[in-house]
Amino acid sequence: MQPASQAVVEAKKLGLTFHTGDGPVQALSDVDLTINKGEFVSFIGPSGCGKTTFLRVIADLEKPTSGSILINGMSAEQARQARAYGYVFQAAALYPWRTIEANVALPLEIMGIAREEQKARIKRTLDLVNLSGFEKKYPWQLSGGMQQRASIARALAFDADLLLMDEPFGALDEIVRDHLNEQLLELWKQTNKTICFVTHSIPEAVYLSTRIVVMSPRPGRVTDVIESTLPRDRPLDIRETPEFLAIAARVRDGLRAGHSYED
Amino acid sequence: MDRLRDKIIPVTTLLALLVVAWYAFAVVLNGPFQRDLDRRAGETPSYTEFLVKTWSQPKPTLPAPHQVAQNFFKTTFQVKPWSARSLVYHSWVTLSATMVGFLFGTVLGIVIAVGIVHFVALDRSLMPWIITSQTIPILALAPMVIVVFAAIGITGLFPKALISTYLSFFPVAVGMVKGLRSPEVMHLDLMHTYNASAAQTFWKLRVPASIPYLFASMKVAVAASLVGAIVAELPTGAIAGIGAKLLSGSYYSQTIEIWAALVAGSLVAVLLVALVGVAGRITERAMGGREA
Repeated sequence: MQPASQAVVEAKKLGLTFHTGDGPVQALSDVDLTINKGEFVSFIGPSGCGKTTFLRVIADLEKPTSGSILINGMSAEQARQARAYGYVFQAAALYPWRTIEANVALPLEIMGIAREEQKARIKRTLDLVNLSGFEKKYPWQLSGGMQQRASIARALAFDADLLLMDEPFGALDEIVRDHLNEQLLELWKQTNKTICFVTHSIPEAVYLSTRIVVMSPRPGRVTDVIESTLPRDRPLDIRETPEFLAIAARVRDGLRAGHSYED
Repeated sequence: MDRLRDKIIPVTTLLALLVVAWYAFAVVLNGPFQRDLDRRAGETPSYTEFLVKTWSQPKPTLPAPHQVAQNFFKTTFQVKPWSARSLVYHSWVTLSATMVGFLFGTVLGIVIAVGIVHFVALDRSLMPWIITSQTIPILALAPMVIVVFAAIGITGLFPKALISTYLSFFPVAVGMVKGLRSPEVMHLDLMHTYNASAAQTFWKLRVPASIPYLFASMKVAVAASLVGAIVAELPTGAIAGIGAKLLSGSYYSQTIEIWAALVAGSLVAVLLVALVGVAGRITERAMGGREA
């Protein structure tokens, strides 16, 4: 049962300072953010703004140095132990010695899911990312876009309600990226998952999100949160509509405002 | 066709050049003794006769290739393989010690590497000792080990295998430490997001990632094992093995036999390295490796 508020991620006064050789670096400062169930939230900002760090804090890959964060009402560590989220990295990070189906099976093996159930889930998730027929291929035999789709299937395989995606399409060309964006939206509608998506592409953020979090560096912080007024159904050509362009302009303004801070 | 042009022709050309050079050196090195013999016998052989004589001395300084080949053929194929005159017998004695030592060395190397990767204390304390162990000249160490074991009645295969182990665990340990630490940060983070246990991360990520390193270091280790076994046969008058054959050959100036034993040793080394290579390639293919 979800709590009444349906908050999946709740960050309060979250701060994280890295201690490097050149002195402390404030990667995150005073981040207050609540992400509700079923939302598609994009994090956008220049490099060093802490967007990836924030995602890694949710995933318990980094520990905050101040403030608090709750995932499904639990601490980040408890949430990780409960396998509350699937994480998609910048690179596909498939294990080269495993076939595509064995890669998708990896989290299922670790979680001790029965072999029959594993098979069913592998089939279902590979169908979902349109990779049926490539089960027995090794990662190097697939294109970059297909590899990244396989890594999304791997993150979906164990049915976590939260999907954390760290610039998953950053290394792909624009044509492939458009195609995957469409597929990701389709997948989000079908599964009704909560998605946190880090990107540095304005069109990508506006096209995908129900909410866009604009961030700014030194210290990494949230400068603007923009609610999208676009409908849930979004064909690719929605990107030429005035509504879309207006939101994109707001995001661009937000980014520019953040930048002027450092000049 | 490509194979002929890329591999066979260059390799045979080089081999032919080496053989020609070998014959030339045989004349140069065996010539003075031959001239001495001829002068004492009061003979004045023609140039061709002189050449042939330098290539057919019974105890030449440098035996000619065909002399070595004849001896090798005779002692390999024309005597019973279990007789003490057979190179097959001596090679087998050395090979068995090598393989036992290599097996122990590989296992020991892997165990040490696993320990070093998982326990900081071992990482700090063990590595300097491992490196020190390899700075001790094996030629100084081997006789002492053999003599000590012989004094308590242990001779034969076991002490020799121990020397092989001593030489072969090192490359495996060093290679496997590198291999077990080779997974990328992203691959490790992935395991962390699954809340995988250390054992799961070890078996599902570190071990598969280390396999290429294992085979690369095993190739070095198997050659080192053979050197260890041969060196261990040199002292204390071992009576069997390639090392013993080399030693007895040098006692009696049987240069041809020494060279034949050397050829046998090289063939054993080629065989062992090739076996490891084939095992490595089969494993690589089973792990989805891209065909080169």
